[in-house]
Amino acid sequence: MAEIRVVHYLNQFFGQIGGEEKADITPFSQEGTVGPGTALQKELANDIKIVGTVICGDTYFNENIETAADKITSLVAGFKPDILIAGPAFNAGRYGMACGAVCKAVHEKLTIPVVTGMYEENPGADMYKKDVYIVKTGNSAAQMRKAIPALAKLAMRLVWGEVLGSSAEEGYLARGVRKNVFHKQRGSARAVAMLLQKIKGETFVTEYPMPVFDRVSPRSAIKDLSKAKLALVTSGGIVPKGNPDHIESSSASKFGRYDITGVNDLTKETYETAHGGYDPVYANEDADRVLPVDVLRQLEKEKAIGNLHNFYYATVGNGTSIANSKKYAHAIGEELKQEKVDGIILTST
Amino acid sequence: MQLELGHIEVKDVQFGAKTEFRNGTVFINKNELLEILKNEHFSKIELDIVHPGDAVRICPVKDVLEPRVKIAGSGQIFPGYFGNAEMVGSGRTHVLKGMTVLTVGTIVGFQEGIIDMSGPGAEYTPFSKTINLVISADKKEGLFQHEHEAALRHTGLKAARYVAEAARNAEPDQISTFETRPLSEQLNQYPDLPRVAYVYMLQTQGLMHDTYLYGVDVKSILPTFMYPTEVMDGAIISGNCVSACDKNTTYHHLNNPVIDDLFARHGKDLSFVGVVVTNENVTLLDKERSSSFTAKLVEGLKVDGVIISEEGFGNPDADLIMNCKKIEALGIKTVLITDEYAGRDGASQSLADGHPLANAIVSGGNANATIDLPPMGKIIGHIDAVNIIAGGFDGALKKDGSITVEIQAITGATNELGFNQMGAIEF
Repeated sequence: MAEIRVVHYLNQFFGQIGGEEKADITPFSQEGTVGPGTALQKELANDIKIVGTVICGDTYFNENIETAADKITSLVAGFKPDILIAGPAFNAGRYGMACGAVCKAVHEKLTIPVVTGMYEENPGADMYKKDVYIVKTGNSAAQMRKAIPALAKLAMRLVWGEVLGSSAEEGYLARGVRKNVFHKQRGSARAVAMLLQKIKGETFVTEYPMPVFDRVSPRSAIKDLSKAKLALVTSGGIVPKGNPDHIESSSASKFGRYDITGVNDLTKETYETAHGGYDPVYANEDADRVLPVDVLRQLEKEKAIGNLHNFYYATVGNGTSIANSKKYAHAIGEELKQEKVDGIILTST
Repeated sequence: MQLELGHIEVKDVQFGAKTEFRNGTVFINKNELLEILKNEHFSKIELDIVHPGDAVRICPVKDVLEPRVKIAGSGQIFPGYFGNAEMVGSGRTHVLKGMTVLTVGTIVGFQEGIIDMSGPGAEYTPFSKTINLVISADKKEGLFQHEHEAALRHTGLKAARYVAEAARNAEPDQISTFETRPLSEQLNQYPDLPRVAYVYMLQTQGLMHDTYLYGVDVKSILPTFMYPTEVMDGAIISGNCVSACDKNTTYHHLNNPVIDDLFARHGKDLSFVGVVVTNENVTLLDKERSSSFTAKLVEGLKVDGVIISEEGFGNPDADLIMNCKKIEALGIKTVLITDEYAGRDGASQSLADGHPLANAIVSGGNANATIDLPPMGKIIGHIDAVNIIAGGFDGALKKDGSITVEIQAITGATNELGFNQMGAIEF
């Protein structure tokens, strides 16, 4: 029987090229397995062989999604594969986005099954779980030993053309598709059982997880703006020229705090945008367009506001996970509270 | 309040010289029944008997009823009709088990359902497993829809009542006894068991989306307390023509599975204290009023948890969530039974409203899932209704008689009382 051919997609780190400093490498391929591909091969059945690996830098991919996806798809096609396996990406946001996008493109162009693995909070999961099977993994590479067999198992079921069960049964991230099934008991009996579990404080599993609509209650308005201390916070990625803290162009892993004492206007010599999710030309020409320091200094002068806080906070909101957004917001909020700021103007793109 | 329910197993139903129950068979005097059902509003009434496995398709189905007759105790089956509105739910009632009375007729045109007695469609309705006496009534010209609905509703009630008389002197094959005591006694009967009540939401969106309690239009009531056994004697009957899949037919009300399953565990691992019925009116004011009133009644029952069943979808999803939120806010746990409208691909949001407190849901399945029904040898009713009934679409009925339709169009397919085993899970 002919062997089943697998191609494995990896980023620069797992592809053993380098760390962040090599995140800009362009896509290339090589024969056989690389890095975690070796462990993955061991978990696959005897007649299933990883014939090639395609590697691409996360930054390069996320800043050139279309061209990178095209190039990678061609490289993958060159191996005449029966299936593509990408990652696992765990909680690495840019890697997750790349794995999802590569899987989607390859599936569409080459019509072969594809599968990847991610932590459920990876922005790539939210983005691609409806298009691509994503095996649920832990949130860091420390869980590689568990992730590899899980990824291999689902890959085999897919390439053998087996009909997959529900996300809970098979261990992939729920794709948000509801399918009718016949349970052993009628609905009313299931309801009585569930109610007793809930009353007793036992674990129960709802048959329909409610979609979550996060709502934030607004605070009451500032009564007198002319006395208020305001601060600027942005997810639009405005940073001092050179991006000294290396905030990532997407899936930012941090935020920055920058001193604007004496700064009345942001110029193209002094500030820039790090955000990879919008055309940077106009923001680079005049960063006030995203972070309105000039307008607020003007209002300060006119005594329309009390004063502008001398530090602003910035991160990049492109592909930032909800969990990380919450984390940064809490941290920034705490600091501004200490500084006795009355109000925050939050700009985004 | 204590009720003995005697099940008389029906093995067959046939037309015969005299309406009676003999050796497991219900015989019906066709002419006598037709005479009773004769109505100025109908140009034609026809009677048919269909059996499970028959190559028969019935459409459009309006209501399904079960023949029951009161042997002892106050009142009569379907109180509020036929001049008697005495309280029911006590004494003894006989049930002809294994058969139904089914009414068919094009009323609204886009809300009634399909029942297939065999084939893939039979899997989705409980009424492919019962022997059905089918009453097809064609309305006279110029009859308003609401008049037609009322006439057909009364026809079903009359027919069920007539057939049920055959059970009056029959010996039940099985007798079950159900008892709910007045609240203060009930609360003390099983002091160590979790106390549970049932919040029974009824379709009352008006315009032929109505339900009747002791003959009263439930649109006009405030939520109220009921003993569970009252439901078994037909205190609640269906007057609505809403989507077939999740409409509670009168049969569903009579055989409410939530009440059955709560009684099954009553005294064992829970104490079932009673039922609160409420409505699903369309104005915000009414929704707020009814849900607040329901929560107040539930609080007064001193329960640990409630099961809430919905009827219908979309607009009443708001009522469901309001009831859930307000009851949970009292520290009382809720489990909701509903169905889903997640689109044909199952990828859309299933409910029109949501809340994090609605964290325990039992689903009757996705009503938008499609099914291919083969052509059937015999059609009772008007099959071209399929092209316009909810769940159907233009072209649903093909030239060869086969049908592609959403299961929304199949009577009882996604029932929200939890009548069926079908549900939906996440893929």
